[in-house]
Amino acid sequence: MNSKYDKLIFEVSRPGKKGYSLPELDVKDVELSDIIPSKYLNDSEIDLPEVSEFESMRHYTNLSNKNYSLDAGIYPLGSCTMKYNPRINEDMAALEGLTSLHPYQPEETAQGALELMHKLDEQLSEIAGFARTTLQPAAGSHGEYTGLLVIKAYHAKNGDTKRTKIIVPDAAHGTNPSSAQVAGFEIIEIQSNKDGSVNMESLKESLANPEEIAGLMLTNPSTLGLFEKNIKEISDLVHEAGGLLYYDGANMNAIMGKVKPGHMGFDVMHYNLHKTMSTPHGGGGPGSGPIGVREDLVKFLPTPVVEKKGDKFILDYDRPDSIGSVKAYYGNFSVLVRAYTYIRSMGFDGLREASETAVLNANYMMSQLKDTYLLPIDRTCMHEFVLSGLKDKSIDVTTLDIAKRLLDFGYHPPTVYFPLIISEAMMIEPTETESKQSMDGYIAALKQIAEEAKENPQTLKNAPVTTVVGRIDEAKAAKDLILKYTK
Amino acid sequence: MHKYIPNTDDVKQEMLDAIGVSSIEELFNDIPKNLKVTGDLNLDKAQSEIEVRRDICGMVSKNQTTEELTCFLGAGTYDHYIPSIIKHIITRGEFLTSYTPYQPEISQGTLQMIFEFQTMICSLTGMDVTNASMYDGATACTEAAILACAESKKDKVLVSGALNPESKAVLKTYLDARSLEIVEVPMKDGVTDLEALKSLADADIAGVIVQSPNFFGIIEDVEAVASITHEANKKAKLIMYTDPIALAVLKSPKDMDVDIVVGDAQALGNAMAYGGPHIGFFAVNSKLVRKMPGRIVGQSTDAEGRRAFVLTLQAREQHIRRYKATSNICSNQGLNALITSIYLTTMGKEGLKEVALQSAKKAQYAFNELTKGGKYKPLFPNQPFFKEFAITSDNSVEDINAALLKENILGGYDLGKDYSDLKNGLLLAVTEKRTKEEIDKLASAMEVL
Repeated sequence: MNSKYDKLIFEVSRPGKKGYSLPELDVKDVELSDIIPSKYLNDSEIDLPEVSEFESMRHYTNLSNKNYSLDAGIYPLGSCTMKYNPRINEDMAALEGLTSLHPYQPEETAQGALELMHKLDEQLSEIAGFARTTLQPAAGSHGEYTGLLVIKAYHAKNGDTKRTKIIVPDAAHGTNPSSAQVAGFEIIEIQSNKDGSVNMESLKESLANPEEIAGLMLTNPSTLGLFEKNIKEISDLVHEAGGLLYYDGANMNAIMGKVKPGHMGFDVMHYNLHKTMSTPHGGGGPGSGPIGVREDLVKFLPTPVVEKKGDKFILDYDRPDSIGSVKAYYGNFSVLVRAYTYIRSMGFDGLREASETAVLNANYMMSQLKDTYLLPIDRTCMHEFVLSGLKDKSIDVTTLDIAKRLLDFGYHPPTVYFPLIISEAMMIEPTETESKQSMDGYIAALKQIAEEAKENPQTLKNAPVTTVVGRIDEAKAAKDLILKYTK
Repeated sequence: MHKYIPNTDDVKQEMLDAIGVSSIEELFNDIPKNLKVTGDLNLDKAQSEIEVRRDICGMVSKNQTTEELTCFLGAGTYDHYIPSIIKHIITRGEFLTSYTPYQPEISQGTLQMIFEFQTMICSLTGMDVTNASMYDGATACTEAAILACAESKKDKVLVSGALNPESKAVLKTYLDARSLEIVEVPMKDGVTDLEALKSLADADIAGVIVQSPNFFGIIEDVEAVASITHEANKKAKLIMYTDPIALAVLKSPKDMDVDIVVGDAQALGNAMAYGGPHIGFFAVNSKLVRKMPGRIVGQSTDAEGRRAFVLTLQAREQHIRRYKATSNICSNQGLNALITSIYLTTMGKEGLKEVALQSAKKAQYAFNELTKGGKYKPLFPNQPFFKEFAITSDNSVEDINAALLKENILGGYDLGKDYSDLKNGLLLAVTEKRTKEEIDKLASAMEVL
């Protein structure tokens, strides 16, 4: 590993080198200006790197070595479900029979692809208890947006045009209020209880004008990793007001085979296939955020919908009540292939075991850490839990210091400073694919850091010292705004 | 016990003891009994790799791929060559299995890659700044329209009739939801009708969206569109949707007074993959940098003064601004940005130009071969095109494509699907991958129809 590598590809580049090969032109050569008027042509050259193929390989290999990855170690980011990305998923997604398909090729030449999508829709609908699932949204927040448009379309169809408000708890993911705003709703933020559960009084107040309520966005287990026990009462209240219940599927990994959002009273939900269904995060994407809906909302799903007609699969665009398209084509198809592969590999038994073990692992880590770190809500958690910095509050170190010191131990920190309702939050989600040994190593590191904090807090303030770069001046980045390389 | 789960029953028991509960089920006591799933999910049991592979390969065998068929289909997604090196880099777990680079000290690989991606997209478009990528061209185009409305405080967007239908559809969904108005500018001879544009462009427009090369492959007079746009309203934004391959040889958007350049970079090394994941790009002039949606990587230094990269301008984003954010986007197409970067690096300055030139010349050759007999006529005569062109004949596109499929040729896009006045219009795309022999075969197969 050459972590000292510090070249940009533009600094490797030298005029005249090349990394490509193409066949010679085999049709009649013409001057471009003979077929396209000169006024439309570029008279200068595009500046791109000039490197040999091997230099390109070496550059990216060296860059990769500057990344921490799930393959290399535990990545317990709360709410992100960093579980093992099985390699059979990658092999299936890379099959030529699935990558070399044009989205507009005739349906009869893509029956296998359509069948796979249709089956994934069925599987996801079964797991979460919904009638149908669209696979079009490209990410979780994109799914939220799509689901909110379905809610909007439902009210519009009922002539309920005054329902312009969406209730969002203050503990929710930032994407919830943001998606609601982009979908054209006003947001009513309600306070959560200290344990992250819905405050029933706040909820009732927010429903004071029921005719304005379009719906409520919620995740269960909550963002504190706790199961919302009042879920039935919440859903009854919102439904009585005429609103719909939206389920943020970020925390789905806790409940597969145990409880279904569709049975808890939710009407619409999004899945994060890149969390729950083991598709890789890829340094930030691509993700996939399908949405499931109850029966009477199916007609509002985005076009096209994959339908089975006799023994043929078709793309159905003829859906007059549909909200339209939210993305080109049918979804992030290669991600869908991975999720399908995963669900087949896990089966009903494996998915249940995954959720059970995810919950067991989180409770185990919580039990081992709560003597050293502050656990604000001490009760059985689901697949994740939230700590509030060190237990000993007389020590002057922050969650950021602890997170940065973890880097020196060769670990990825938890999600920090989220949810916003817990101060100095550290949100830990080990997932089911971590072994006890791996978790014990992480626990030991966190305990040792707590000791260091007591004896020599400066060690934490100076961290990290073993990484390829130290703490980065973020203010400088935002002030100087160097967003590209210039010679 | 499933092979993805490492803790044995004995270990699980040890952990239960440490927690102080007697069974895993006890951990689920918070779920009300009447809500719990009774019995098993209606799915098959766990399958072995052999069984999963058999199942999926069984479905795959029902597909006909663009390796078996000769692809002349484009319309927004293109069969360009993908260099071998790409798959070997993107399957590295260090890139594949890392998260969004929120911890920059241990994510310099991803961050530097995105910084380089941004640099190359700026080179291609000539624009000052760009972001870490968007879901696809259609959503990038839509975000651009929303930005234009927010920035100009107007709620009407003019959209060229020759914009691709996928982008039009997504625009409609998003803009309708926010009560923003879309007005379609009619076409004349396959391009945006400039006279019509002039009469529609008034002081109330937020912006104009034009695609070049447009949906029919024709190069638009973007400079004229830009001046009409800015004359109508100084604050209005000209949004140009484009094919990044074309940018290697066509006039730079920077030189045509474009405000926002968007498009889909699938053609730059990304598999067609039945429509996704592809990758949108979004480039603006520097005045708009703080209004841009999506992630942006910036260069800074660490405590010792070493060059380092970090996500920047995050105050625009949903996790900080919540409902006041510029967009709800929370991811980028990270792995596709990597693919695109490797492609641009490997093809480089000369390679990308060569791809563009070969595509344009082969498209010209195919056009000449197809139209020389008189059976097929140019749908829009004398219009300059890049790598796609439209023809028409007495035959229906359905019949032509069905006949071509029998010859293992994947025919073109049926323009009648989106344009009622272009019935029998066939849009064909030719990339550098097509050979003279394949084009000749297409021409002779079509000639005998």
